[in-house]
Amino acid sequence: MIATFLIQDGVTNGAIYALLGLALVLLFSVTRVIFIPQGEFVAYGALTLALLDGGKVPATISLLVCFGAIAFLFDLWSMRRGADARAFLRSVALNLVLPGAIYGITVMLAPLGLPSVAKALLTILIITPMGAYVYRIAYRPLADASVLVLLIASVGVHLAMMGLGLVFFGAEGLRANPLADDNFNIGSLMVSAQSLCIYGATIAIIIGLYLFFERTLLGKALRATAVNRLGARLVGVRTHLTGVTAFTLAAAIGAVSGVLIGPITTIYYDTGFLIGLKGFVAAIIGGLASFPITAIAAIGVGLVESFSSFFASSYKEVIVFGLIIPVLIWLSLSHGFHEEE
Amino acid sequence: MKNRFFAGMAPVAALSLSLFASSALADVTIGVTISSTGPGAALGIPLKNSVELWPTEVGGEKLKVIVLDDAGDPSIATTNARRFVNDDKVDVMVGSALTPASIAVAGVAAESNTPHLGCSPVPPNISKGKWTFIMPQDAGLIAKNLFAKMKADGVKTVGYIGFSDSYGDLWMGQFKAIGEQYGLKVIADERYARPDTSVSGQVLKLVAARPDAVFVGASGTGAALPQIGLRERGFTGKIYQTHGAVTFDFLRIAGKAADNTIFASGPAMAPEALPDTAETKPEGMAYVTAYEKKFGPGTRTQFGPHINDAMAILKKAIPIALKKAKPGTPEFRAALRDAIETGGPFAASQGVFNFKADDHLGLDDRAVVLFTAKNGKFEITK
Repeated sequence: MIATFLIQDGVTNGAIYALLGLALVLLFSVTRVIFIPQGEFVAYGALTLALLDGGKVPATISLLVCFGAIAFLFDLWSMRRGADARAFLRSVALNLVLPGAIYGITVMLAPLGLPSVAKALLTILIITPMGAYVYRIAYRPLADASVLVLLIASVGVHLAMMGLGLVFFGAEGLRANPLADDNFNIGSLMVSAQSLCIYGATIAIIIGLYLFFERTLLGKALRATAVNRLGARLVGVRTHLTGVTAFTLAAAIGAVSGVLIGPITTIYYDTGFLIGLKGFVAAIIGGLASFPITAIAAIGVGLVESFSSFFASSYKEVIVFGLIIPVLIWLSLSHGFHEEE
Repeated sequence: MKNRFFAGMAPVAALSLSLFASSALADVTIGVTISSTGPGAALGIPLKNSVELWPTEVGGEKLKVIVLDDAGDPSIATTNARRFVNDDKVDVMVGSALTPASIAVAGVAAESNTPHLGCSPVPPNISKGKWTFIMPQDAGLIAKNLFAKMKADGVKTVGYIGFSDSYGDLWMGQFKAIGEQYGLKVIADERYARPDTSVSGQVLKLVAARPDAVFVGASGTGAALPQIGLRERGFTGKIYQTHGAVTFDFLRIAGKAADNTIFASGPAMAPEALPDTAETKPEGMAYVTAYEKKFGPGTRTQFGPHINDAMAILKKAIPIALKKAKPGTPEFRAALRDAIETGGPFAASQGVFNFKADDHLGLDDRAVVLFTAKNGKFEITK
């Protein structure tokens, strides 16, 4: 009886970690960025949804407009030696018009008391473009740097985004209303509709990612970049475009995770980091390369966490993060030693 | 060339003149170090806001207040405190919001002979320090009142769930120290962390142990997580929360799950509900009114009043010290320390401080009230 509760709890959290782990693997394989701030997108998503629930205009839209404006300035700077009108117009549309439009839509819709699904979609709409701007501002100028430099940039982006989160959301936690409020009884097990949403969304995103990478040209370009960056450029793949795509996808996945997790727990401006780290544990077990292993490992992390919180709650984090060590030893023994780059 | 040189020198001369002028006035300088970012931000921000409500002069002397952020980090707090002592020559230090940072400030206060008013609970070896005085109610005082209430409610077995940090250990320590006197037996000890996404495992174990009541040793909205979890899993016994959980954010997050929960609190959370004879009422009303006028209704917290109380003490102690020495001198700092230690009782918003040479906590039962949460409000119970 208790075990079934723990398993259900573990799978629910594991599904969220799986989404984060998948986003991390996606970003690392395409751009070689170990994206520590992925958790911040989750926190931003959950907090934005919670504010929309309260009928307030979420501060994230001002943040979005600021990010867009900074990205536009970066574009202007890189075009300082003369640029064609098309590139300039594209930059205006992407960095100024798009966030402006989202700002307008949100200000108009926020006080209306939308149905919860519409609020969730609006949240995803607000957070997703941030991925592209973060890439434009922090990573594109460093596209050819080493993994270590990119990792340090990630730490910087993480600290900046967490600080902005404190400024915009305040220090106290928020909790969103569930997308659906019902509970079902399956045998002796009580399943909430929210956790069904989580399972459904996770599976849908995994299938979506699979189809995207297997069936679409853009997806194949991403895979090509992941396999060999230089080779992809030689055959005409625009690697900046794949970078933007990967970051936008990651931000969208983060926003979805935030929308899903916001109603089941209290989210603080700094919660994202810990959730992100657990997704990172799963991504490490997947060798930062394999999507299916990452997803399965994430469920495993959720289960280990759930059972250790029952049997040894004081040592929960130690046990969860301790999982990394045997995996790293095994990975380094089985793959041998590679010289970096 | 020569002209240009003099033109350049003029502002420098003016600046140095003004520096001399300000030191000649000998304002009373107060150094405040507070965790307004980092893990203690929820506590530190109301403290920082409350500093803005301080008066501009006390006893005819201008106050010069310097506020720095220490992010809850003891090493930054030490740097801040050293800056106060060496560069700003402060007469008194206030802060910080988190225990480790407060301990760091107390260390600098002791070696530089500067009075220090701490705004977080500290371990007994720190509060015994000659130069440090503590504003918040210590855990022993709160625990005494809560345990007595539990005894009165007929509680015999307790399930404990708390933060997996020093705050959680603090309350478990109180059960070990004085729980037996109140006939309380802890039959489950569970821990969680504030950013955890789920406490289902811990809650299941608590419910399975079948305690009469559950005691939550957590703070802020983080304390709402087990509260909601316990009610979701059908726990019907009483739940007791510490004063760290008494915030309106807690009620907003926990919603209906908070009903009938007992909280210990300082009186400054609800001065309106106190009888007119309560010594804490005038300061409490004045502070809460001023704070909510500036930062909006329903923004009061348990932590902000400590800053108000530090000023309530200084308002009375600075004039006494001014009779003995001039601000900015070691003699003034010593006189101020003596005035704080012996000048009481100081009626403030969270309690009546009456310090003694061997007691730098200075509070008694007047500093604790008990609340019951009902329909999204705190109501006083006794």
